[in-house]
Amino acid sequence: MYELNFDVQKCLHCPTHACLTRCQHMDIDRDTAGREILKIAAGEDSFVLHDCLTCYACEEYCPMGNHPFYLIVKRQEELNVQPLPRPLIQRGINIGKPFRGEPKINKVNGRALLMGAFADHMFLIQGRLFEGLPVISDDPRKMFHYFCQLMYLHYARISVINERLPGVIETITRHNVTEAICFHDECYGTYTSYCPSMGIEVPFRTVHFFEFLYNRLVELRNLIRPVNLRVAYQRPCSSRLSPGKLRFVYDIFKLIGAEAVQRKYVGRNALCCGGIIEGQRREGSRKRASEIQGLNISDMKDAGAEVCVFNCPACYHTLAHLVEKEGIRPIFMSDLCRLAIGEQPAGWR
Amino acid sequence: MDIIHQGLLDIVGEGHISNQQEELFIYSWDLGTTEPHRPDYVVSPRTPQEISRILELANRHRIPVIPLGGGLSLAGLAVPFRGGIIIDLKRMDTIIEVNEQARYAVMECGVSMGQLTSYLERKFPMLTHSEPGAPPTATVAGNAAIHGQGDLAHPYGFNSDMVNGLEVVLPTGEICRFGACSIGAQWFTQHPLPDVGLFLGWTGTTGIITKISLRLFPCKNIRGTAMFVVDNEDYVPDIYHRISRTQMAEDIIAFSQTIPPYASGLQHFTINLAADSEKELEFKKELIFDDALGEYIRRGDGGYLGFTYGLQHPQISKTADWRKGGGFEYVGGIMPVSCYPQCYRRGKEISDRHDIPYTVLGRCIGAAHAMMFSWTYAFNRADPESVRHAREAMHETDELALELGGAIWKPGLYGQRLVMSRLNPNTLNLMKKIKKLLDPNGIMNPGHWEES
Ligand SMILES: Cc1cc2nc3c(=O)[nH]c(=O)nc-3n(C[C@H](O)[C@H](O)[C@H](O)COP(=O)(O)OP(=O)(O)OC[C@H]3O[C@@H](n4cnc5c(N)ncnc54)[C@H](O)[C@@H]3O)c2cc1C
Ligand code: SF4
Ligand code: SF4
Repeated sequence: MYELNFDVQKCLHCPTHACLTRCQHMDIDRDTAGREILKIAAGEDSFVLHDCLTCYACEEYCPMGNHPFYLIVKRQEELNVQPLPRPLIQRGINIGKPFRGEPKINKVNGRALLMGAFADHMFLIQGRLFEGLPVISDDPRKMFHYFCQLMYLHYARISVINERLPGVIETITRHNVTEAICFHDECYGTYTSYCPSMGIEVPFRTVHFFEFLYNRLVELRNLIRPVNLRVAYQRPCSSRLSPGKLRFVYDIFKLIGAEAVQRKYVGRNALCCGGIIEGQRREGSRKRASEIQGLNISDMKDAGAEVCVFNCPACYHTLAHLVEKEGIRPIFMSDLCRLAIGEQPAGWR
Repeated sequence: MDIIHQGLLDIVGEGHISNQQEELFIYSWDLGTTEPHRPDYVVSPRTPQEISRILELANRHRIPVIPLGGGLSLAGLAVPFRGGIIIDLKRMDTIIEVNEQARYAVMECGVSMGQLTSYLERKFPMLTHSEPGAPPTATVAGNAAIHGQGDLAHPYGFNSDMVNGLEVVLPTGEICRFGACSIGAQWFTQHPLPDVGLFLGWTGTTGIITKISLRLFPCKNIRGTAMFVVDNEDYVPDIYHRISRTQMAEDIIAFSQTIPPYASGLQHFTINLAADSEKELEFKKELIFDDALGEYIRRGDGGYLGFTYGLQHPQISKTADWRKGGGFEYVGGIMPVSCYPQCYRRGKEISDRHDIPYTVLGRCIGAAHAMMFSWTYAFNRADPESVRHAREAMHETDELALELGGAIWKPGLYGQRLVMSRLNPNTLNLMKKIKKLLDPNGIMNPGHWEES
């Protein structure tokens, strides 16, 4: 049984209550924020539990590293406040069930790229950037054995994460991996933020995909030709769990001659893709998601972006068509890096 | 060389006839659980006149003739139960005319669904047709010959409802035309001439369709699929009705299956939407998901899963992969939509009894006038026991479809006999008379629609 490490004392002495006052989706003043977060911490119901869009951002806003979002989700589950309709929750829970036999365990005895539940995106893992790098979870039929489960934060199901995650960590560990380069922000956030907050032990080191890409580009510096593109970066919700790694996005852009356009919805103010919001129960959720997407994309457009850079396949799935319709080309970060070293990107459309 | 072989060779020419064992072997199977039967010859004619001569020859020698399109109908509909000549129609694959104004296409019978789709995409992007979820090599005539349905079934009905005219070679060799084309007019309408609906749904037992005119429909700039999901099968008929009432969807399919796990125990809807602009698309989404289905979402009983741009055909064939050995076959019932819950529950019971992961799907036909409900059974081709289970499950399902008040779509021999045992005796008599009149020697696809 894992327990969330949430320290009420920190909230009592918190000067800002930024977790809720900064929330982009609710208008909450400081006093209300202080009162509501304490109610939630005390196990009580709060309008926040009902109105939260599960964007993960408060994890980043809390200056004390106090995990307000995990707390909200935990309480939603305990009080049976379901952000999504029942069938979507059941569907989501079933998605993560492996069903096509056991994975083959290759011993990597060192570092490896961890694709998690995105083995179907192996087409991105090509060329010099990834030369010689072993991969864990490269078989789409077996990828749910490596699924970090953190998606269930959107589903008010901390219990599912805690029940399945230790088994996932054990499977990864059986590969004898010392350093896992996490393809997806969600895996990285799981092992570096969620697990410590719950006291779940992670017996391998983790590296953020962008840090890996940056370091490889530095090694391949001689091959880089400036891409000369004006780019906007689509920040996924789970990157809120590792805000310190965001700098690598801009370091990469600088290194490859991509100009990050000046935007309103960027960094801490970034807007999510809206993919999860459109299915939520709250009245008007579908429209709200579409409004958020509209704001986000017109902001990219107004800022003059030619290209929208993604890392999260779910964001890509939700937004790629929409940005394309506005004349902005969608591309995965790894593909952009490959373009910079003279390779043909796999998913450039 | 025997006399029939020589006669066929004279008609179709070298390279278009075979009695080689390895080729006959291939033509003796279909994809499903039907026992194989070897034909004696396979021919591949190019014209209606050649077909006419083949049929005259077959009548002279009282030898069976089995028309074959893509061979994808499963259920043994083109398996040569009594040997004879398989007429493979795939060479007759010319798209003769597309009339953009009157929105129809005149085609030779062997034109494939995929061919028509890509032709329209390239040359007439403003038009589309009702494409079935079958593999793209399914032929337009084979589909109409079994009353198929495609992805415009919701607004426009069965594909056989979209037939504007036919050219048919009768079993005795005469070439006839039906519809406006028979009086020399264009191929734009089947009506108002006297109805002689003798060829659609007869699985090639009354003649060979050589040309077909099918209605085409406006193709909007944006097409894609929205998804909705509920966890109670009893909601499905109401949801069909609510969506259908908006008249905004091109295709409405509900499905449930054991594998992959996300689909198990839930009822997913795929709802195809088409629009000329984002504004129109949003309007349609609003009517369907906010207004018609909003109540389900607010109650927490139903969930919207978003909209994906671009059409994906239902990938029912993936089911073949759930068992080692790659086999699958389904029973399709044309059922009242109100039967969905029983179809689902009883189908699941049959699957469980035969230890086959259940896979069911219901496609709405017309304004919820009916649905094509399919119960699919996977089997391992290399394991006779597994094939037997699938076959028995299919037979039980044939009976279920009738018990629930539906009709079996493209039944195999077992299902045909069940249907005939319940047919109004006068209707059955009429069918026999028609068959005798058109095919006096009983050469056309023998075994089908015959009492045992
Ligand atoms: C994975 C899968 C999915 C499918 N999904 C659908 C679907 O969504 N909708 C649907 O309607 N069907 C579906 N089917 C069933 C079937 O494949 C199609 O209906 C297909 O269009 C049948 O055409 P065919 O050319 O393969 O016919 P065939 O199997 O070659 O023939 C069907 C019958 O018609 C006769 N016939 C063939 N051509 C002629 C002709 N020119 N004149 C007279 N008789 C003829 C044959 O003797 C046979 O009895 C599916 C099948 C599979 C395997
Ligand atoms: S969770 Fe963090 S930001 Fe919110 S009140 Fe507590 S300490 Fe302050
Ligand atoms: S997860 Fe997002 S919507 Fe929910 S409270 Fe935190 S910042 Fe607000």
